[in-house]
Amino acid sequence: MTVPVVPGPGVSGGGPGGWDFPEEAAVPGRFGVQLARLRVAWATFRGAWAIFAASRIGVIGLVIIAAFALFALAHPILMNTVWDRSVYDPITGYGFDEFEHPAPPSSTHLLGTDSLGRDVLSQLMSSAGSEFLLGITAALVTVVIATSVGAIAAYYGGVVDALLMRLADIIIMLPTISLLIVLTALFDLNLMQLALVLGILAGFGGTAIILKSQALSIKVKPYIEAARVAGGGHIHIIFVHIVPNLLPLSLLYMMFTVTGAIFSEAVLSYFGILNIRMSWGIMIHTASTGGYLLGGVEYWWLIIPAGASITMLCSAFYLVGRALDEVVNPRLRRQYDA
Amino acid sequence: MRDPVADINGSVRGRAALSVEGLTMHYLTRHGTVRAVDGVSFGLEPGGSMGLVGESGCGKSSIALSLMNLLPDNGRLISGRVILGGEDLLAMDSSEVRDFRWRRIAMVFQAAMNAMDPVYRVGDQIVEAIQNHGLETRKDAARDRVARLFDVVGLARPVMTRFPHELSGGMRQRAMIAMALSCEPDLIIADEPTTALDVIVQDRILRELKRIQQELGMSMLYITHDIAVVAEVTERTGVMYAGQLVELGDTAQLFRQPMHPYSGALLSSFPSVVGEKRPLETLAGEPPNLIQPPPGCRFHPRCPLATDICRTVMPPRVEFARGWAACWHPLAGEEPDPELVAEEAARDGA
Repeated sequence: MTVPVVPGPGVSGGGPGGWDFPEEAAVPGRFGVQLARLRVAWATFRGAWAIFAASRIGVIGLVIIAAFALFALAHPILMNTVWDRSVYDPITGYGFDEFEHPAPPSSTHLLGTDSLGRDVLSQLMSSAGSEFLLGITAALVTVVIATSVGAIAAYYGGVVDALLMRLADIIIMLPTISLLIVLTALFDLNLMQLALVLGILAGFGGTAIILKSQALSIKVKPYIEAARVAGGGHIHIIFVHIVPNLLPLSLLYMMFTVTGAIFSEAVLSYFGILNIRMSWGIMIHTASTGGYLLGGVEYWWLIIPAGASITMLCSAFYLVGRALDEVVNPRLRRQYDA
Repeated sequence: MRDPVADINGSVRGRAALSVEGLTMHYLTRHGTVRAVDGVSFGLEPGGSMGLVGESGCGKSSIALSLMNLLPDNGRLISGRVILGGEDLLAMDSSEVRDFRWRRIAMVFQAAMNAMDPVYRVGDQIVEAIQNHGLETRKDAARDRVARLFDVVGLARPVMTRFPHELSGGMRQRAMIAMALSCEPDLIIADEPTTALDVIVQDRILRELKRIQQELGMSMLYITHDIAVVAEVTERTGVMYAGQLVELGDTAQLFRQPMHPYSGALLSSFPSVVGEKRPLETLAGEPPNLIQPPPGCRFHPRCPLATDICRTVMPPRVEFARGWAACWHPLAGEEPDPELVAEEAARDGA
């Protein structure tokens, strides 16, 4: 005997041993579900954007980042259209139209040329792309490592936690730039290898400690216990339930890592110990080895464009990070009193 | 392919009985060993329901955790057996236990508010449990099953695609029950599932839980400090005090005539909607420190009937119709004879 059960609060139906399910119960079509999801996602995004935009600094950061991104994208286009490769190539070009180099800004060389006769604007633009590549690669490596390390240390505790956290302490303790100088002296690092090294150092270092502290508070949430009761294994719980809940904070520290990576690259390039052909740090290095750093502001176009670019891009990522911090962490939000 | 309706029906395989024997569990703390659960034994036949009541800290939830073999880091199982369908849960290795959890024993949580992962959709979390325990291998089949479970617990099917924060407390609790039913367990442990809900929703959820449990033929262990809830949903009731089961009996009978003075005190501290007005009685004193429990009967410092023997000798179980109580001076029936008890103890010891 089957008696249809009418779903509803407090309705008891169905004889003992008889369960039948209404087939016509409304399930929205696939398209309807997708549409609803999109709408929810859009609403969530707009709410988060309102908080982000209210903090101004985040918008300023985003505008600067977008400007540099356009800058980087424009370079290959210019090289293939209006700029003559023999004159404007950032590494091998030579400004034949000038009598002596470095030449100050002119209509043909908007930011002048360096001591080897190369166009500064072209160098600046071609470097922007590799700075993005470096920063974002390093940040991704950091986030993947730090999130896993943080979640694993927090979940297992005990010996695993102690080992990973002491490793992090050691990395924090080491002077980063000196360590990188030694590493670059031993190994001939190129851009991607440097990104990897920076990512690993940040990933096993301070970022791991911060994410672990967050993971500790997630670990004691009832849904983690529920997952254990439901028979979830350790790896399953760490990567399916803890890590996704860590991601907002991970994203935030990704921004801060970009800043650190670009800065480190500039310092190492300035020392001329990286296997990179052109970057903002190398531009300053070239000016320095030619003795033009000593001339005060007389040769400003050799120093200021590259220096300002490093400062601005680093600050931009930092500002975006700070603004995201307000979105992720409600306690930092401004109070809107009437 | 298995037929989910027949499975949910409970007609495919017979359900197993639960038997807990001499369960003893301690917590190691900086201040000493807390004897949270001390020699608790009870049985639960297939399809039966039992309530476990007592004050906060009397060991109710520790029993639930022990039944799942899921103790916190400082918890230690000292002795005892938990037998479900002929298998001892406490003697299994970790991978066997993992499969056992949810498949055979499921749990409805105290804090249903937070018992779901906020980053996944409600339906997907249940699908995950079904797939991981191999009840359905294909995702759409598992989804289909979740849809039917939602019908059973009285949730609209579209709720499957919602995130936990989009549901009300009552809906979340229903979703939690659907999740507990998802693998057709033999036993459902409900650990204060309605604590955070208002009385109206609480009443609805309780009635549905009882209906589902009876019709699907699962056993249910209902843990609560609210003795009125136990009266409504369970057939048998166990009263816990300071880590020990002090009385176990038929629910109706326990409410009509409690045997243990503690059960009596617990009942008279709750108002009755029907019946005449009477002042509520409160029990003086506090539950004992479980690091150094009092000798003899653990209830004696607060018991109005306590005599010398209560202060020195652990009381025996006094059997009566459909239940027992561990007391020297039960509220009804015959008092045990200390000499006979001592003789028996000596015989058991020898």
